[in-house]
Amino acid sequence: MRAATRLKKDLHLNRRSFLHASAAAAGGLVVSLYLDLPAPARGANQMPAPKVYPPDAFVHIRPDGKILITVNRLEFGQGVQTALPMILADEMDADWSQVIAELAPAADVYKDPVFGIQMVGGSGSIAHSFQQYRELGAKTRAMLVAAAADRWQVSPDQCRTETSVVYGPGNRSARYAELAQDAARKPVPEKVQLKKPTEFHLIGKPVRRLDSRSKCDGSQKFGLDLDLPGMKIAVVAHPPVFGGRVKSFDDKDARSINGVREVFEIPLANGSGVAVVADRFWPAKQARDRLRIDWDLSGIELPDSSQLRAKYQELARTPGNVAAARGDEQALEKVPQTNRIVAEYEFPYLAHAPMEPLNATVRFHGDAAEAWVPSQFQTMDQATIGQVLGLKPEQVTFHTEFAGGGFGRRAVIDAHVPREAAEIAKRLRGTPVKLMWTREDDVRGGYYRPMHAHRVEIGIGGDGLPSAWRHVIVGQSLVAGTPFAAMLIKNGVDETTVEGAADTSYTFPNFHLTAHNPTVNVPVLWWRSVGHTHNAFVMETLIDELATRARQDPIVYRRKLLKPEAKKLLTVLDLLDEKSAGWRNKPSAGHAVGIACHECFDTAVACAVDVSIENKRPKIHRATVAVNCGLAVNPLTIESQFQAGLGFGVTQLMAGGAITFKDGRVEQRNFDSYTPPYIVDAPAMVDVHIVPSTDAPTGCGEPPVPVISPAVVNALSKLTGKRYRSLPLVSI
Amino acid sequence: MAKYQLTVNGQRKEVDVDPSTPLLWVLREELKMTGTKYGCGISACGACTVHVDGVATRSCVLPMSLLGGPIITIEGIGQDKIGRAVQEAWVDKDVVQCGYCQSGQIMSAVALLKATPKPTDTDIEESMGGNLCRCATYVRIREAIKSASQQLK
Repeated sequence: MRAATRLKKDLHLNRRSFLHASAAAAGGLVVSLYLDLPAPARGANQMPAPKVYPPDAFVHIRPDGKILITVNRLEFGQGVQTALPMILADEMDADWSQVIAELAPAADVYKDPVFGIQMVGGSGSIAHSFQQYRELGAKTRAMLVAAAADRWQVSPDQCRTETSVVYGPGNRSARYAELAQDAARKPVPEKVQLKKPTEFHLIGKPVRRLDSRSKCDGSQKFGLDLDLPGMKIAVVAHPPVFGGRVKSFDDKDARSINGVREVFEIPLANGSGVAVVADRFWPAKQARDRLRIDWDLSGIELPDSSQLRAKYQELARTPGNVAAARGDEQALEKVPQTNRIVAEYEFPYLAHAPMEPLNATVRFHGDAAEAWVPSQFQTMDQATIGQVLGLKPEQVTFHTEFAGGGFGRRAVIDAHVPREAAEIAKRLRGTPVKLMWTREDDVRGGYYRPMHAHRVEIGIGGDGLPSAWRHVIVGQSLVAGTPFAAMLIKNGVDETTVEGAADTSYTFPNFHLTAHNPTVNVPVLWWRSVGHTHNAFVMETLIDELATRARQDPIVYRRKLLKPEAKKLLTVLDLLDEKSAGWRNKPSAGHAVGIACHECFDTAVACAVDVSIENKRPKIHRATVAVNCGLAVNPLTIESQFQAGLGFGVTQLMAGGAITFKDGRVEQRNFDSYTPPYIVDAPAMVDVHIVPSTDAPTGCGEPPVPVISPAVVNALSKLTGKRYRSLPLVSI
Repeated sequence: MAKYQLTVNGQRKEVDVDPSTPLLWVLREELKMTGTKYGCGISACGACTVHVDGVATRSCVLPMSLLGGPIITIEGIGQDKIGRAVQEAWVDKDVVQCGYCQSGQIMSAVALLKATPKPTDTDIEESMGGNLCRCATYVRIREAIKSASQQLK
């Protein structure tokens, strides 16, 4: 039922893949992976010339001993630019101190081996590419060993490898760089023996990030930092209501600004807007501020939060399309009213608001184009740019730029930001154009975590456990009308709406969950951990309420209620119990402890928080987290992801953590009115504990997010006696 | 347009821009020093923090017409003993994730340690309180500031 898992199954490719090795023009060994896709992206003429190795390479051993490893995904904080090279380098026995990682351009070979498109999402980077990068490393190593064995006239079995050196009998040794040219002429082995976990020397060890120093001295370039000769800067005036169109505009004042080059209307993914192109950002923005635009909003629905709230609450009182049904639907009616809980929840729209505002740079040459985008969805972004410019995707050379966060915001099916950039570049043929969204564009620009309403009726049995659970969820579909709909909408229910609830790991003998996916004129999008953001909140606050009513310890109660097959969750509850016992059972005066656990993207998480109320806000003094993510590839990154991911999850609890609408317009503008968590709001201390495991690794990007907000309000409930069912948490 | 002379990381520079242009855009687009980041443009996130005359300043709201004093940016802060210690502590503690806000975080942390060599948690929350990190790497930011403070003892 989990949406990402479903997507994996449906998209699973049964394509043959094979490796190809060659000598690089500048020397050394290059190992490339080719997939036999119907339309190979390896058109000889369209690829950029400057790189000395082919754009489908994964490993390049340079003559100077440096080993370049290409990362098939965006790096935007999750640490994959370190972890994937670690995996490859471990199997290859490469000298880690000589490893350099690069982000791959868009090309078929870099598509996610499970999803079948080039992307980051569904916490799949390590989960999907672990085996792929291990095999690449092991095969590269085997070719180097074969080259050494040939040179020494010995059997490969007599050789061993360590830190980029092959050792043979009689004290013979050769560095990888010396062997690379010969290795390039060796056949790529069909099958190789992968290491046993006990043989890993990088995988499973805490390894510092490769991109750390460049991000501490200002030298790391992000998409927004791009500077090309002759480049112009573009900003776009977007309609005040989604889908609005330009009726007419007066650009006299705008054009009077020094440095402004062009002002023109462009079509948007939804409606139209006015683009301003200037030499620099500041004149572009000043000119945009001076545009006088008459918008055509006729026939456009004007979303309004208070009306939507009323509509959603009403919908939640009627059954929707069935997402889960087991047991007796009427069981609830047999439970006396005094043993029932009726709970209504509300969740607002949320903006992702990554620190680096959205941007895309495009240069159009007529018969080809080049693009530089911090992209989670290279395949869609490249295809969209091509479509706007009348080019095939492979005619668009697409560079993946480092991104300053994303959280889903750079994985947009309609690719509306690169689309805008391409529309502008089309007009300025030959000139590179960097499209920049301001923070206001971002906060008001849509593609939010959808607003939701839940209504849950629970019947409690004599044992204090829920005997009947009836649940209705209301919220927009993320994928209706898109190519993803066929995979993710089942029985009229978008699985991302119900994930983490319909597939709950708790045992409810009589369980009915239905959903409504209304259509609203607000573009919506996956927001880090997607449906789990609201579903984990509802489930974990209600389970806590049930435990409190039953006068049972929240960990003991959860253990009792979990299905025996929910092994990962059971392991993290045990570990949490052990690791938090020292402080959990004796909170300071005015403090309370809150618990929550949740499994998503195949990773289970349990969390305990120590909370007090300061300045009418929750103060999170500490958190202990237990994680089961299978084999922990880089425990240092995982610790960091969980420490910080909890902080990200606090977004939901912020008083200013909501996007609201009045008369069709977004009421927030910038970080003064849409306020994500600052240092004072996030947990002050987080200790992370990983369940030891050699199971296949699972994701760690999204799973930190869902647990924190229910854990915090469960603690608040102990302090105030109130239950919190409406977010944002405006008052306590 | 007007000509301005400014000193950035000890080097004299001259630019010709509209007087309303914020220092941030002069650094990024005229001087091609992109380590200082744009995050909000209204001094609400701290990604653009630089030191002007030794004071941590939001460069996104400082127009060139009001600029006074030498500027230190993330590209130059490593020349300073405290700056170097903070950068090293950041690397040692593996603080960064996406990294976009960290230039500003480091500039604010250096200003804090210059004024308060042994900051308490409250000092840290107050001085770093306006620096947004959307990845929310705050736990490690706290650790790195304390570690740098120890190193500088």
